[in-house]
Amino acid sequence: MSDPILSVRNLTIDIPMSQNTMHAVRGISFDLKRGETLCIVGESGSGKSLTSLAIMGLLSKKLQRAATRLDFAGIDLMSQKLRQMRDLRGNRMAMIFQEPMTSLNPAYTIGDQLAEAYLLHRKATRVQARMRAIELLGKVGITAAENRLSQYPHQLSGGLRQRVMIAMALMCEPELIIADEPTTALDVTIQAQILRLLADLQREMNMAMILVTHDLGVVARVADKVAVMYAGEVVEQGTAKEIFGHPRHPYTRGLLRCIPVPGRSKPGEHLGSIPGMVPSLVGRVKGCAFRARCDVAEEACTAAIPERRMESGHAWRCIHQAAERLSP
Amino acid sequence: MTRTTTRPLLELAAITKTYQVKQGLFAKAKPLNALGGVSLCLHKKDVLGLVGESGCGKSTLAKILLGLEAPTAGKVLVDGKEIDPRERRHLARRLQPIFQDPYSSLNPRKSIEDIIALPLVVHDIGDSASRSQAVARMLDLVGLPARVRRGYPNQLSGGQRQRVAIARALIMKPEIVVCDEPTSALDVSVQAQILNLLGDLREELGLTYFFISHNLAVVEHLATRVAVMYLGQIVEEAAAAALFANPRHPYTKALLESVLTPDPCLSVPDTHLGASYPNPISPPSGCRFHPRCAQVRDICKTTPPPRIGNEGGHVDCHLYSGAAAH
Repeated sequence: MSDPILSVRNLTIDIPMSQNTMHAVRGISFDLKRGETLCIVGESGSGKSLTSLAIMGLLSKKLQRAATRLDFAGIDLMSQKLRQMRDLRGNRMAMIFQEPMTSLNPAYTIGDQLAEAYLLHRKATRVQARMRAIELLGKVGITAAENRLSQYPHQLSGGLRQRVMIAMALMCEPELIIADEPTTALDVTIQAQILRLLADLQREMNMAMILVTHDLGVVARVADKVAVMYAGEVVEQGTAKEIFGHPRHPYTRGLLRCIPVPGRSKPGEHLGSIPGMVPSLVGRVKGCAFRARCDVAEEACTAAIPERRMESGHAWRCIHQAAERLSP
Repeated sequence: MTRTTTRPLLELAAITKTYQVKQGLFAKAKPLNALGGVSLCLHKKDVLGLVGESGCGKSTLAKILLGLEAPTAGKVLVDGKEIDPRERRHLARRLQPIFQDPYSSLNPRKSIEDIIALPLVVHDIGDSASRSQAVARMLDLVGLPARVRRGYPNQLSGGQRQRVAIARALIMKPEIVVCDEPTSALDVSVQAQILNLLGDLREELGLTYFFISHNLAVVEHLATRVAVMYLGQIVEEAAAAALFANPRHPYTKALLESVLTPDPCLSVPDTHLGASYPNPISPPSGCRFHPRCAQVRDICKTTPPPRIGNEGGHVDCHLYSGAAAH
């Protein structure tokens, strides 16, 4: 077994507020190997985007990041200085953001933006950077790449812009790529193409990938490993087959019941839903954060919840270890 | 079948919408055909799901329905009577919208009560006491606690806001509700709640929905009929069960294939659609879908496809013109 390229232990992110502290991410741990895809799934406010920003070292200075371990390819990211992080970002680790409309600079051409990281990290000439940009635009399926280089973001469609974002992230052949909702803003037809493209490129370059999404359909199709986040915690993690075939945590089960599935959920019939709302994470959070919305919650759920773990690595945070006791 | 005998509640007859678009400072304006002869029927208690990629004209059609834009040609008929664009107020009593993003469709400076009661104020219905009662009834109907009426949109979650938008639409007791992507800005657990609510309200109040969405799983769940739109034209229309069981148009097939069901044993499908959605200013010749079609033939490149009807639906495709002959 190869060593993980990314190793995260007890990652916490606190947001100081005027009188109290909001514990936005509360003790996340996972490992990721080369060539693997980890999907972080959860609803808005569960801390999944903060987690990916924390790994990239892109959190605002006001936010407090802590971890017992945050290693990337043997480098301790917690102790890296700003300059050292800059050498890593866009070079060995890269990020694809959700909205290509807002994350591309409207005042620069596609070619300039593609070349930027390559010129910085590889000490390449402009001609080399240009060749590399053309090569990658071709790889992400953009025709007439040479003409595209002199275009501005507003001249491209949403699907093309997202492809440019992907090409940009891949310019320096990163070892780790973090994609935050890369297909949420796109049509279903384009979504399928972009996901295929990402999966193909990942295999070809043997990259590790973290895909942040709330779309369970996407997760099922691309993930090797899945981490389900709720209220700043990973409540369940395992392989895609384990999570979708034998979900253990009541929240995961609830989520899976919520989505209409052609052929499985009956048209017109009520979908399952999770009543209630996500609890406030301000101040000390005790016990299981899901207990107020959980249909099997009991007195013991207010105490600290131990992590249950199977030999395969399938782990969940729920005191109801025997899965059979939960409603199906 | 009964649907051919009863008069449709809402009928769109050959709606065409053309915009004049300038590309460049001194360029001559060119016509952009956003809608090219769209005809649709809605019967009472139908849920018509309209699906298609962004830019195909779904939202333009919704705007015309709501009277926010005038069609270049064609008619909107409610109960067989043509709607005069100057009588928008009258139309609004029967037809109300729910929009996609509950974060931008509610005025942040108005209280929830004011937001929900606004249609009554605009139409000058009742006094403040009866309006207040109506708001209380609506809040109860959409499952919001009575205490939120004094609150403001920023105090509510996305799902609660969308419930407010639904309450605002229903306070006029409309017969038809135009839902433009009502759940796509919401989380999955909230989406399920809103879909359940929309289903219950339809049963309870006998509502008819014009339901625009790009999420085919959602459309299958709620719709009774489905129309598939491509470049401003309806390429296939059928009963929902029939369309999902047996899609006929190659575009419908591709759309269905691209739905990602949560099945970890499958990988991401290859839709063979190619990347680019064509430019609507210069649409392809013949069948507008032919450059992306996997089953394209020579005739598709030159001749627009015929409309082939079958019980209660139609498909516009050359593939079935042979079958229709015998």
